[in-house]
Amino acid sequence: MAALLQVAGLHAAYGLTRVLHGIDFALEEGSITALLGANGAGKTTTLRALCSMVKVEGEVHFDGARIDGRATEDIVRLGIAHVPDGRGTFTHLTTEENLRLGAYVRRDKSSIAQDFERIYGYFPRLKERRHQQAGTLSGGEQQMLAVSRALMLRPKLLLLDEPSFGLAPLIVREIFAIMREINKTEKVSILLVEQNAAMALDLADHAYLIETGRVVLSGTSEDIKKDEAVRRSYLGY
Amino acid sequence: MTTEIALSAAPAARPARSRLAGLAVLFIVVCALPFLVSSYTTFQLTLVIVYSIVLLGLNILTGYNGQISLGHGAFYAIGAYVAAILMDKYGVPYWATIPVSGALCLVVGFLFGLPALRLEGLYLALATFALGVSMPQLIKYKGIDTWTGGVQGITILKPDPPFGLPLNQDQWLFYFCLAVAAVMFWLGWNLLRGRVGRALIAIRDQPIAAEAMGVNNAMYKSLAFGVSAMFTGVAGALGAIAVQFVAPDSFSIFLSISFLVGVVIGGIASISGAIWGALFIQFVPNIADQISKAAPWAIYGVFLIGFMYVMPVGVAGAIRIFWARMKRKAGSSPQRSG
Amino acid sequence: METFLHQVIAGLATGGIYASVALALVMIYQATHHVNFAQGEIAMFSTYIAWSLIQAGMPYWVAFFLTIVIAFVLGVLVERIIVRPVEQAPVLSVVVVFIGLLVIFNSLAGWIYTYTIKTFPSPFPEKPPFGTHLVSSHEIGAVGVTLVVLALLYSFFRFTPLGLAMRAAAQNPESSRLVGIRVGWMLALGWGLASAIGAIAGMMVAPIVFLDPNMMSGILLYAFAAALVGGIDNPGGAVLGGFIVGVLENVLGAYVIGNDLKLSVALVLIIGVLVIRPSGLFGRVHVTRV
Repeated sequence: MAALLQVAGLHAAYGLTRVLHGIDFALEEGSITALLGANGAGKTTTLRALCSMVKVEGEVHFDGARIDGRATEDIVRLGIAHVPDGRGTFTHLTTEENLRLGAYVRRDKSSIAQDFERIYGYFPRLKERRHQQAGTLSGGEQQMLAVSRALMLRPKLLLLDEPSFGLAPLIVREIFAIMREINKTEKVSILLVEQNAAMALDLADHAYLIETGRVVLSGTSEDIKKDEAVRRSYLGY
Repeated sequence: MTTEIALSAAPAARPARSRLAGLAVLFIVVCALPFLVSSYTTFQLTLVIVYSIVLLGLNILTGYNGQISLGHGAFYAIGAYVAAILMDKYGVPYWATIPVSGALCLVVGFLFGLPALRLEGLYLALATFALGVSMPQLIKYKGIDTWTGGVQGITILKPDPPFGLPLNQDQWLFYFCLAVAAVMFWLGWNLLRGRVGRALIAIRDQPIAAEAMGVNNAMYKSLAFGVSAMFTGVAGALGAIAVQFVAPDSFSIFLSISFLVGVVIGGIASISGAIWGALFIQFVPNIADQISKAAPWAIYGVFLIGFMYVMPVGVAGAIRIFWARMKRKAGSSPQRSG
Repeated sequence: METFLHQVIAGLATGGIYASVALALVMIYQATHHVNFAQGEIAMFSTYIAWSLIQAGMPYWVAFFLTIVIAFVLGVLVERIIVRPVEQAPVLSVVVVFIGLLVIFNSLAGWIYTYTIKTFPSPFPEKPPFGTHLVSSHEIGAVGVTLVVLALLYSFFRFTPLGLAMRAAAQNPESSRLVGIRVGWMLALGWGLASAIGAIAGMMVAPIVFLDPNMMSGILLYAFAAALVGGIDNPGGAVLGGFIVGVLENVLGAYVIGNDLKLSVALVLIIGVLVIRPSGLFGRVHVTRV
């Protein structure tokens, strides 16, 4: 079975500092795949590399087409939605305007209106705050907004960068539950980057462990959980 | 982008012996210049020296402290008029007017800096722009024309060299301005390479952190305005003496804009940049005029844009980048630990 | 009393002009977060283009709309060709490029059209409106045009996806790319629209102040002040700011200080307002997070 996303020999650097040294991984259509690793391992950079937000070498295939080297705006149009590190909220715009921007490249007006309702169904809090300036939302609400903005694209693939960062465990659990539901009911594949390995492995079907810019371990989440080294270094028991 | 500037503002290493030797050679060459070029060129070089003092002053404010000023021509005008009025109405010797101009501009600049504290970025740009635009109008004001000479301005005499030195007036003025400039650059160097300079940069890059670390932002920002105005006022006095004439329309907003252009072209937050910038604003308009008599300013504009393409961080920044590359290529720079 | 009323109305009329240039500044600020110091000169240059078209025998309104289109294209080209390479440069370097553009347009206009002043036609009737001599038809018409532009601009930013995308691109380019906005083109579009608005302003100003290469230099300062007083991120505020500045300037000039110092005093007052309200009267107060 062909993978939705296939990455081979991905290299990336910031200026003279090399961050990725040849990452290989694949993501099955319909799956949730997690990239795990410590701070500075290169997880965020990998996500950024997929969207051409950093200069890269290597090959990235998405949905049968080669996408490395294409402009970020064009990659988005293929159906990859990226929830960036730091959430990327348009802080001076309202919640609703943020969501409208998520659907910027779509031309099917009528179904956009339905999607608003669908999203407000997942996150009723956003509906309450839809005319509020997004910068005034709480951290958890902004994370919900960031995920929602990405979903407004009706993506085939959702890239999630540290959705748990800086949030209370209760809110993280809520967001993760919704992610699972979206994956199941809407067939959105998800590539998740997380430091919180335990939570990520509970959500994901597959996982890759990245250390200093290389994939050092891969397998199903069950297998990875059982790995002795992972358990000690990343799961902490 | 602030980080770029921040890096460029990092204190350089203690001047190496070779560098000092280079400076000495440069100094001798500069001193020889008045004997090598025509009187008129000497006069132009004198203005370059004068402008370099302005640009150093403006750089203290804009480059090091991050406060934009589109109105430094106003301080230059104040310095020039103070010198001219003192010489013309009160018979004060020309050299004695310079500290007076500087002191007065220090006070005026400091006072202007107090309300300006509340303004940042664009708003400060507007306030200073307004200052620059208003100044010619204020000078022309009828209530004070017994001192200022109104639209006519004031003509002053060119000073003779003292102690019977075998120099003509232009040569003497050149050395006089050079000496004042040396003092001002020495002052500026000491100010910027020490505690004060670090405080100014800290306020520019991380105002909140600076405040938290005990830097008195308000005090330093007003002081930066005052000191910057003082440099400009000193230069204004020298400029008036060199040109032998002051009139309201010599200090139009265009002068202020030229100063800002000079700072950016020379290199933000760089002491040597002041000299590059001064050379630019003195000579490039002439060059543009020679290229096209019909539309000289269009040529000047093209030069401005061209400089910014080639050297977006100014001449001093470009030189710094060039040396860094040469060093890296030479491979002689040992890896520093940490 | 009648002279006072006259001064206020005359102030509103000039204020309308400041407002229209202020709108162009707000436009470009919304789209690029830069204040374009060359805005006034581009407007002046566009007005010369309109003048040429009318001289060539084109009817006024045809020339009017054609000039708007030409100015739009000119703005887009200037952004793409001249401003683009310094996109990543420090702010002050960008300011210097704008100053460069300013002197280039000014000098080119002087070179092509000479510095002798020219009359520029008004599309509005010569007969004063409603039998009053307080204000000319052109002045009323110009204010009306400004208000129409404001309404269009407001609707554009508020209700169209493109307007929203432009605001987003100026605010957060990276996130904008991630939702598929072509940020580079948004900047160019902002320049184009600002130039178009500037062209309208220029064509409304020229019948009053006459056409010459320096006609915008004073106006730009007041427009800049108006935009900042009203709030640089708020088109409605900028227009109101324009009217405030215009009235203030006229009334002060006539009654308080005479024409000698009116520029200086008006500016002092404007700065006074800004010192008290650093984001302008209607601007958004920006909260800085550490």
